[in-house]
Amino acid sequence: MSALLQAEGLDLRFGAVRALDGVAISIWPGEVVAIVGESGSGKSSLLRVLAGMQRADAGAVLYRDAAGATHSVLDASDAALRRLMRSDWGFVHQNARDALRMEVSAGGNVGERLMAAGDRHYGHIREVAAHWLERVEMDPARMDESPKNFSGGMQQRLQIARTLVTNPRLVFMDEPTGGLDVSVQARLLDLIRGLVADLGLAVLLVTHDIAAARLLAHRIVVMRHGQVVEEGLTDRVLDDPQHPYTQLLVSSVLAA
Amino acid sequence: MSETSPKPRPLAGYNFGYLDEATKRMIRRALLKAVCIPGHQVPFGAREMPLPYGWGTGGIQVTSAVLGPSDVLKVIDQGADDTTNAVSIRRFFSRVAGVATTESTAEASIIQTRHRIPETPLREGQILVYQVPMPEPLFKLEPRVAESTKLHALADYGLMQVKLYEDIARQGEVGTSYNHPVMVNHRYLMSPSPIPAFDNPKMHMNAGLQLFGAGREKRIYAVPPYTDVRSLDFEDHPFKPVRAPHACAICGSEESYLDEVITDDAGGRMHVCSDTDYCASRPPLEDAP
Ligand SMILES: Nc1ncnc2c1ncn2[C@@H]1O[C@H](COP(=O)(O)OP(=O)(O)OP(=O)(O)O)[C@@H](O)[C@H]1O
Ligand SMILES: [Mg+2]
Repeated sequence: MSALLQAEGLDLRFGAVRALDGVAISIWPGEVVAIVGESGSGKSSLLRVLAGMQRADAGAVLYRDAAGATHSVLDASDAALRRLMRSDWGFVHQNARDALRMEVSAGGNVGERLMAAGDRHYGHIREVAAHWLERVEMDPARMDESPKNFSGGMQQRLQIARTLVTNPRLVFMDEPTGGLDVSVQARLLDLIRGLVADLGLAVLLVTHDIAAARLLAHRIVVMRHGQVVEEGLTDRVLDDPQHPYTQLLVSSVLAA
Repeated sequence: MSETSPKPRPLAGYNFGYLDEATKRMIRRALLKAVCIPGHQVPFGAREMPLPYGWGTGGIQVTSAVLGPSDVLKVIDQGADDTTNAVSIRRFFSRVAGVATTESTAEASIIQTRHRIPETPLREGQILVYQVPMPEPLFKLEPRVAESTKLHALADYGLMQVKLYEDIARQGEVGTSYNHPVMVNHRYLMSPSPIPAFDNPKMHMNAGLQLFGAGREKRIYAVPPYTDVRSLDFEDHPFKPVRAPHACAICGSEESYLDEVITDDAGGRMHVCSDTDYCASRPPLEDAP
């Protein structure tokens, strides 16, 4: 077996800011990797570079598809990236409103990726959309409603349904529970954990929340100032942190 | 009735067909490119014309570029040859080009149209020039031009399908009875211009050359003869070319596209062919008004 996604030597600068400074990271099929670190440490930048949404200044990102072919993400054309984003990957944004089409019904939002992938059977699209609404614990009877009517937590669940409907192999999530009430966060994390286990998804999860990382991730990558300062199995990193910064991060959570 | 006029004497002081030769060459180059990439919108340097946008400036420039002295021109607006717009465009070309004009679809070599495709099928060698107000079929869904251009480049048309999905989810059927989007040659999504959905099937494998001119948006596109043109739909909600369920009150046609006209102050109404040439070419009903 080999890595699903593997990156090395990633550099990204914004003027004087080194958003990424020699970052290496890999993720294996079915694995959940949490990227943690303080604000501005480069977590979102890393996710965007890995997903081909932002070009790095240096480095390499290799993705291995289901047929075993390797794609260089940093060299891929717009068309190739869109194809990957449509068939193999999914991206869950912190703010559901950035991802959803607010003027399109919930069912249409979930069905869009199916239609983009060529599904031209209205009844089938609705059936699959209803199934996915159920999987994210939403009432399929509300599928013709606008997402504007939905709470923040529901919008986020709708975004997840919309992303997973085409069975991606690798899902990027940037603070998927950020900005939600604590009780809503807990329920959403449970939902994500269930889906990830059932579907055998590989997930790269950016989070501030050490508890979320402990709940979901097999492995943790700790970032600071654009560098990976520590990485390892979740329990090892959280119970026996080696780097002083990780120690600080973990103890500040314990103290809180 | 539908007789071809003799060739009038052109007005002195105008180049043949109004536009200068360099401009016509530029438009023809855009047309050639458009024919080579069916359904793809080609930018062109649209000129100011002696009439306002919305009156067919794009169509007129295309007609001017393809018109030759031996051509016979027909102009229709909503299917009719005798509306103000059609009459004035026809008169314009007979004055600035001295070409013969006609109301007969069969006798015309070039037909400029707004909102209709004639009922009489085109034959090889005929050219149909459409006046187009908005060439971009994605414009309401994706107002960013750079992004819609990218969607065309990648043939990424899921968004258009989402719109049809929403129509069916809301109204039980596709809501576009005009300007229903089509896929051309299995590749480009295209606006057929605001023709009724009823006319869409006529674009498919048409023997004539179909040219589209949008003056304000400065775009030209084309469907060459015998090109595959499909109206977007779903397998289980197939595209339906809708037609009012009546016969024409004048000629009795049950096949042609009908306009509803109000006949008196008491709200009396009847249905008549929108294509006046087609209607006139058929024997009238005995009790025709
Ligand atoms: N488009 C941009 N232009 C300029 N600077 C940027 C841009 N994007 C990110 N940066 C800078 O790069 C650094 C890393 O930002 P990034 O958004 O990746 O951090 P983060 O770890 O996701 O932070 P947060 O937890 O606040 O989301 C920061 O200093 C940020 O200000
Ligand atoms: Mg971030």
